[in-house]
Amino acid sequence: MKLVEIKDLLKCEVLAGEEDLSVDVSQVVASDGMSEILAFAKSKELMITGLTNIQSIRTADIAGVSAVLYCRGKRPDKKVIEFAKQKRIPVLVTEMVMFDICGILYNKGLKGVS
Amino acid sequence: MAAELLRESFQIQGRNFDKAGEISSEIKVILKDLDIDAACLRRVVIVAFEAEMNVVMYADRGTLTLILTDQDICLDVKDEGPGIPDIDLAMKEGYSTASDEMREMGFGFGMGLPNMKKNSDDFCIESAVGKGTSVFARVRLDSHA
Repeated sequence: MKLVEIKDLLKCEVLAGEEDLSVDVSQVVASDGMSEILAFAKSKELMITGLTNIQSIRTADIAGVSAVLYCRGKRPDKKVIEFAKQKRIPVLVTEMVMFDICGILYNKGLKGVS
Repeated sequence: MAAELLRESFQIQGRNFDKAGEISSEIKVILKDLDIDAACLRRVVIVAFEAEMNVVMYADRGTLTLILTDQDICLDVKDEGPGIPDIDLAMKEGYSTASDEMREMGFGFGMGLPNMKKNSDDFCIESAVGKGTSVFARVRLDSHA
């Protein structure tokens, strides 16, 4: 599923990487624990988290995920968004909670990583 | 005998959460510029990032040395910190002594050391309570995650 479809489906606002929303993702890694993301991500996933500090983008960069989606309407500060732009990592935010996001994406055929 | 191609040391500041991870990002750029295999690079930077976060979270200061040879990439991390009283326990997934501040950063869920071991072909940890901890990790260039 393309990021632009996920954006519409989850009513997201795009904070970074508007020009990169044609990227396709088929797998999802979702956690507020950055080591969990690092342990399970195999690269090119959509990363869903409620953690909005700079470490979330550092983790996304190190793990090689395709995009970061912040849940529960939590917004990172400007410094974090600038860092994501510098690393060319698209960043989206939705008001939905993680459980609902995962359920919706699972129903659309996306899978988790394990 | 492996031929050493690059050796670079980085100083890690303990408890500086703003800068935490910068060294691992730099290592990623260095290895990417050298056209290191993507799977191998990924394993190295995950080990580096977890090690760097551990030093930032627990120690006063530390040094991370990156060593590239024609056969492998090694990370030698030494810190001046509290040390680990029971290494076997610390290596167990889920075991953690992290503070609330560390968990708010998204770390300290007892995955760091197991993640480092999982992503290394050779992994060695030694610690002296009250002095510090040393970690040596080796990732073979021909390894695939």
